[in-house]
Amino acid sequence: MSVIQVENLHKRYGGTVAVDDVSLEVHRGEIFGVLGRNGAGKTTTVEIIGGLRQADSGTVRVLGLDPQKDRESLRQVVGLQLQESQLQPKLVVREALDLYASFYPDPADPAQLLDELGLADRAGARFEQLSGGQKQRLSVALALVGNPQVAILDELTTGLDPHARRDTWEVVERIRDRGVTIVLVTHFMEEAERLCDRIALIDAGRVAATGTPAELVARATAEQVLRFRPSAPVPLGVLDGLGALTERDGELEVRGRDNVVQDVLVALAQHGIRPENLRLEQSSLEDAFVALTTPVEV
Amino acid sequence: MSSTSVTASLTGAQARLTTVEARLFLREPSGAFFAILFPAVLLTVLGLVMPWADLPFNDQDPVLSQINGITGYAPTVLALAVATVGLSSYPQTIAGYRGRGVLKRLSTTPVPPSRILVAQVLVNLAALLVAAVLMYVLGVTVVDVAAPAQPLVLLLAFLLTVLAAFAVGSVIAALAPNAAAATAWGMTVYFVSLFFAGVWLPLPLMPDVVQTIAGYTPLGAGSEALAAAWYGQPFPTTSLLVLVAWTVVGVPVAARFFRWS
Repeated sequence: MSVIQVENLHKRYGGTVAVDDVSLEVHRGEIFGVLGRNGAGKTTTVEIIGGLRQADSGTVRVLGLDPQKDRESLRQVVGLQLQESQLQPKLVVREALDLYASFYPDPADPAQLLDELGLADRAGARFEQLSGGQKQRLSVALALVGNPQVAILDELTTGLDPHARRDTWEVVERIRDRGVTIVLVTHFMEEAERLCDRIALIDAGRVAATGTPAELVARATAEQVLRFRPSAPVPLGVLDGLGALTERDGELEVRGRDNVVQDVLVALAQHGIRPENLRLEQSSLEDAFVALTTPVEV
Repeated sequence: MSSTSVTASLTGAQARLTTVEARLFLREPSGAFFAILFPAVLLTVLGLVMPWADLPFNDQDPVLSQINGITGYAPTVLALAVATVGLSSYPQTIAGYRGRGVLKRLSTTPVPPSRILVAQVLVNLAALLVAAVLMYVLGVTVVDVAAPAQPLVLLLAFLLTVLAAFAVGSVIAALAPNAAAATAWGMTVYFVSLFFAGVWLPLPLMPDVVQTIAGYTPLGAGSEALAAAWYGQPFPTTSLLVLVAWTVVGVPVAARFFRWS
């Protein structure tokens, strides 16, 4: 069941087109990634979905609501964590959560939320005393304190060290496990690959591709590469027709599409040959990203 | 949810927001000192140490010869108190909140970001009222400041000075591109205003041309109107109209150019 529907979204600032033509659909309970490089139109897209900006054309429905016309109702069911949004420096963590909780008709328990986000021991700290990761987690907590059905998280882990980033990923998965649908804006491939059920790849204000991370990789990948040292000489013809075969210093390399890996392994097994020192070059989401988007002019 | 309960929860949110902003205000010790205590300290210290404090304010003038020097300085200190919150503390805080994304974050919640502006105005007004009462009580009891000759006119002049100062402060908050600019503009306007309000040199001692210019600045006009009411001079019609003009022009300009992010 779809929670967010976006059709033919278009938005320009003056002469600059920020979002050219974006359509996407987010299903209930999934982590949906909006992936693209900086300036691709990701933030503008989600800020329109969240009702912070008005589109020039196109339609948006979030839980059946129009983000512009039904803004009041939308605020109660959608939590937004904005990019680079800070709090008053001397505001205490606990104070911030209590305050934001008072804005909603049916808020989450602030103490429990702090606990879940690993901030319980920082409840008495001021915002200015928090580390980058803690600030981000507080920001997430504030987006969740209204018990939203949909949470939009924009560039959640930008600027965090790898450790804090992994902690934050766990937090996102825990939120999803609570039944919250999550829209995750990111330019980190690793983050999208690890967290997202489905991804919309945004490039120059358009959706270049949509699908699961695996689907995107498969769509973009021309071939897979398999390298190994056979335990015995491979009889002529055994590997014919499976892929492009080359040999160098006793090591075989097979390049092919689709099921080349399985086909080669099965063929070798039938002749009792073990592929030693087997290495597989599989494309990552990053390769897919490069293949599916237009190159940046440097 | 019915509209009445939405209204009720918004009122509750406004109260919460104002309480939190008040606590944050007090957590900036230097800001709280200058807004709340400094006017009283300034008036009391000057009254105690300055030789002119007990002498007639101006023995050439039939009205001003009846009051002592420190009473003559009291309206100026009151104008300073207004300027400190209206031109310095309030616009810097608002511009800082915009720069940090506090206003934008609020706009993602059911509570509109305008509520934090209301909270800031309320907190700064409360600080100003405490400052004014402290200054008055200490002035009267410790350094022999005379009670104002026309309390109701003084109240009117005070109200209009507050409105004009917050209007100008709102323009600064609206037009400043960032918090640093708001601080720079705010402090410049603040110190120029203090000069025209007669903080460093009493207005009657300034050259005529400076006095004329001062009469058209918000704090200069405010200071003159407060002084006229305090000393018992004729009703300060022109000064009050100048204050109204700054308010009537400033508020729409601020509203027109204010950005939430």
